[in-house]
Amino acid sequence: MKQPLLKLDKLSVRIGTGPRAIRPVDDVSFTINKGETYALLGESGCGKSMTALSIMRLLPQPHGQISAGQISLEGTDLTALPEVEMRQVRGRRIAMIFQEPMTSLNPVLTIGNQIGEMLRQHQQVKGSQARNRVLELLDAVGIPDVRRRYSEYPHQLSGGMKQRVMIAIALAGEPDLLIADEPTTALDVTIQAQVLDLLRQLQRDTHMAILLITHDLGIVAGMADHVAVMYAGQLVEEASRDRFFADARHPYSQRLFESLPNIGKRDHALKTIPGFVPVLDRDFTGCHFAERCDQAWDYCRTQAPAWDITTDHHHVRCHLEDRNINPPARTVKEEAATPHAAVASETGTSLLSVRDLKVHFPIQKGVFKRTVGQVYAVDGVSLDIPAGHTQALVGESGCGKTTVGKGILQLIRPTAGSVQFDNSELTRLSGKRLRRRRTDFQFIFQDPYSSMNPRMRVGDIVEEGMIAQVIGNNRQERRARVNELFAQVGLSTEHASRYPHEFSGGQRQRICIARALAVNPRLIICDEPTSALDISVQAQILNLLKQLQNELGLSYLFITHNLSVVSYLADRVAVMYLGRIVEEGPVASVLENPLHPYTRALLSAVPQIEPDTQREIIRLEGDIPSPANPPGGCHFHPRCPSAMPGCRESYPAESGDAGHRVRCFLYN
Amino acid sequence: MILPVILWTDALIFLLVAIVTVFALYARGKPHLRAPWRHVMCSRLGSPALVVLSAYVFIGLLDSLHYRPALENSDDSAQTHYAVEVLSVLDTLVGPLRTQTEKTYSAPFATHLYSRETVRHPDGSQTREYPRLEYGGRHLENPAADARADILQRSSVALMQALVASLAVLLLITLWQARRRRQVFTSTLQDILALRTTVPWLIFWITLSVLLLLTFLAINLSTVYHVFGTDKVGQDVFYQTLKSIRTGLIIGTLTTLVMLPFAIFLGILAGYARGWIDDVIQYIYTTLNSIPGVLLIAAAILMLQVYMANHPELFETTLERADIRLLFLCIILGITSWTGLCRLLRGEALKLREAEYIQAATAFGVRHSKIISRHILPNVMHIVLITVVLDFSGLVLAEAVLSYVGVGVDPTTNSWGNMINSARLEMAREPVVWWSLLSAFLFMFTLVLAANLFSDAVRDAFDPRLRQR
Repeated sequence: MKQPLLKLDKLSVRIGTGPRAIRPVDDVSFTINKGETYALLGESGCGKSMTALSIMRLLPQPHGQISAGQISLEGTDLTALPEVEMRQVRGRRIAMIFQEPMTSLNPVLTIGNQIGEMLRQHQQVKGSQARNRVLELLDAVGIPDVRRRYSEYPHQLSGGMKQRVMIAIALAGEPDLLIADEPTTALDVTIQAQVLDLLRQLQRDTHMAILLITHDLGIVAGMADHVAVMYAGQLVEEASRDRFFADARHPYSQRLFESLPNIGKRDHALKTIPGFVPVLDRDFTGCHFAERCDQAWDYCRTQAPAWDITTDHHHVRCHLEDRNINPPARTVKEEAATPHAAVASETGTSLLSVRDLKVHFPIQKGVFKRTVGQVYAVDGVSLDIPAGHTQALVGESGCGKTTVGKGILQLIRPTAGSVQFDNSELTRLSGKRLRRRRTDFQFIFQDPYSSMNPRMRVGDIVEEGMIAQVIGNNRQERRARVNELFAQVGLSTEHASRYPHEFSGGQRQRICIARALAVNPRLIICDEPTSALDISVQAQILNLLKQLQNELGLSYLFITHNLSVVSYLADRVAVMYLGRIVEEGPVASVLENPLHPYTRALLSAVPQIEPDTQREIIRLEGDIPSPANPPGGCHFHPRCPSAMPGCRESYPAESGDAGHRVRCFLYN
Repeated sequence: MILPVILWTDALIFLLVAIVTVFALYARGKPHLRAPWRHVMCSRLGSPALVVLSAYVFIGLLDSLHYRPALENSDDSAQTHYAVEVLSVLDTLVGPLRTQTEKTYSAPFATHLYSRETVRHPDGSQTREYPRLEYGGRHLENPAADARADILQRSSVALMQALVASLAVLLLITLWQARRRRQVFTSTLQDILALRTTVPWLIFWITLSVLLLLTFLAINLSTVYHVFGTDKVGQDVFYQTLKSIRTGLIIGTLTTLVMLPFAIFLGILAGYARGWIDDVIQYIYTTLNSIPGVLLIAAAILMLQVYMANHPELFETTLERADIRLLFLCIILGITSWTGLCRLLRGEALKLREAEYIQAATAFGVRHSKIISRHILPNVMHIVLITVVLDFSGLVLAEAVLSYVGVGVDPTTNSWGNMINSARLEMAREPVVWWSLLSAFLFMFTLVLAANLFSDAVRDAFDPRLRQR
């Protein structure tokens, strides 16, 4: 058997000293062969990035250190290498790309300069030779017009382009191993598909190995040869991709699959993993996953399972897989099916009716703030949401979907158009009358970390809206209501006297939901409420939202870029592109039979778990244009695979039947 | 009988003390406010700096309790008359230091004057010699031979006293900690000495011991010697330096008290309201910033001087006159220095108004005034605090510079700036008179250093970017 490229042997990392030291990586062993893609899958806080950093020996200094184990790169032990030699390994043998392309490039150096620096460092190429090589590299990562881009600065590039430049920098050293730490998490789905394609193609051409760190099962399914699942600092399962997706053995992996929302699970509550990833600042007795595992028994809590339980190269760190241990008989709890809220669909009157909503932001310049242009963030959006329904609004970042939500709530005053809520015109309300009306509609923000005042107790945060809306006559009544709300969203009442930073992301989002419910709203606008959360926590929140809808008859406007969430939760979906809705209709109809080319491209770009599905893959070229200067005619024509000459002339009118509308000349 | 005198600056100082006390009581109940202060206490540079600062503040506060002593009734009338001179508690405590004035310059620990004088002997002959001091080393029979031994002996007494006192302090700290941690005395002591406690009590104790030693040395020596010499009119320099502490502290703290309302109100208003309000406030502070600060201060102080000269009836005592000038200096310094903080707060408020929790509050229909007081103000307080502490040392130094230029505090007010200003001429003398400058420098340096170390610790504790580690 040939020597593996990279071999980790019982690697353990500690950050800090003493009994409270963080143990982000604990007894991790795996091997990566030349030319293969090895995926490290797990939720945030499980130690994936720390594993990658310890391979590069870039652990946070001075606190982080490799406390045990070996990392060998083709036989050389990296943990024993002096720093001088390690510098030769970094970039040259192992390169790394990071999640955030916006901050990984130096803003004051040109692109060409930054790639050239790597060449000088590792290949000793200089002058015009180096310049040619840089142009080659930029070309290889699919950047158009390389000669112009060579002398541009990072801020002149879009997110996807920056990530391509990062890849070019990584490639400059011609590494044997590329560590990609969540390379596409910050990117939109269509751009993500481009970058993943690029990585696949580069791997074919250069035969480098890729260590892909991600939390997205879909990406793993499309990219990896081998999959390792990481939980609380340990690998819990490792197998080849096909085997893993066909037969995941560890309870954690199984739960991850089950907590993914999709259209088939609409009528049921999602299976969730209770609780959240533990803080890794203590020694565990027993299995790390035991406290969240529904199959755990006493033995799991006292005895740590071993890693070497193997069948056919399929490692599972679980007592259930050990033939020498007999688990007690399992009592399977069936979760109650929650009927989908669409039963309320008989009510024909709409609660919220948005007509031709426009939000333009003026671009001002000079001393006298002359308006020199407009950003057409939202440019004519019409929506109807009946009571008790969920309308999803889908689109990539920058298409104006959040602005629609804020425009409806009058957090941003619309430039034109009408917003009718329960037959009153919100755009004409102001001052005190608008403030009184705000009790009917609420907002849940994307980031549960920044949407609560860090200097207030969560009880006061929830109470604040009630005070403003004069709900409850005195403090006792309001407190009672807060406790009621906390119970409703699944928190205990003693949490009310704590501060936001003491909660995990999922708990914070629950508090935000409780806060929104406090004023008895009828419509809640959810702006990507789960995108900052891990998969298992996302399932908890989606279940909660669905349950609340059933109990209280709430309407949701669900703003998201995650189509699987849409398919699970929404009744109708609207797809936005550059400030306009291009397609709108019932979920099943839009997702299964998309009409607009953009919707089709969006759907095909989403990484799918089932690798065997035969689907036509449409790759969009380029990025979303700026809404300050949208292309003439149909906004989508420069990227559209089926653009016709007429598309350049004018924006298509709405067509299709009342149930499923689309704005495209293909259907006119 | 005494007549309490409350000067303007005294009132403001005690107002400030009250504000700080109220804030401290309020912060006790709020973990997010208590935590950073604990962090300051636990820092190994912050806690000794705090001890030193407290010593300064203590002296400053003692010097801020003013009164006028009653005069001996000479004409048997029922009405008591009070002295024109306003004294402070500190003056009474250091008694002899204030009253024991020599004729002119004398060096530290000297027993003779620094300059030769013509002395007429009883037998009619005249000699030029260095005469004995009236008070310094008066108890010595033979100063040339005994002075050194006497100083050593007194110092060793002070050392013994300091040792006893510091051991007593250590005992108290340990007993208190042992009670709190429910540990035995010896293990607590070991923890403290090995720096295993969260608050570095060892460093605390060492700083306190050094301060105690200095205090006992001062008590034992300054009553019979002029430890820092005397100045041109024979006043004890050590006494002057002690009195200067109050001036320094007032300039450093009252100025911020004056500028804070401007800076906080205008800064947050500009950032939160935006639009034309923001433009107006920005233009105001940009304009104010473009006027040279010293020029503005000089103009204001000169105008005040003219006004005070024309209205002598407004001021009962010279100290009140000097006090008004000091207060006015604080105000004018405050007016010229609020712009920096205002700019910072405007930026922060601009950022915060877009924060999601502010938008959430807007979505609940919370009023603007509530949003500002409940959401924005508490979230910019760390910036205010860091700026105030950082500015303090700068202002103390600014006073020295302004007094040197001649537009600072009243010449009769004891201040380091005035001491340095007069030392300017003394440095040109032959032989040189160096002690005024040195003692002003030593006291100012210690205060500014402690303030800077303290402000570093405060910034480390409050700056959210530094806290994330």
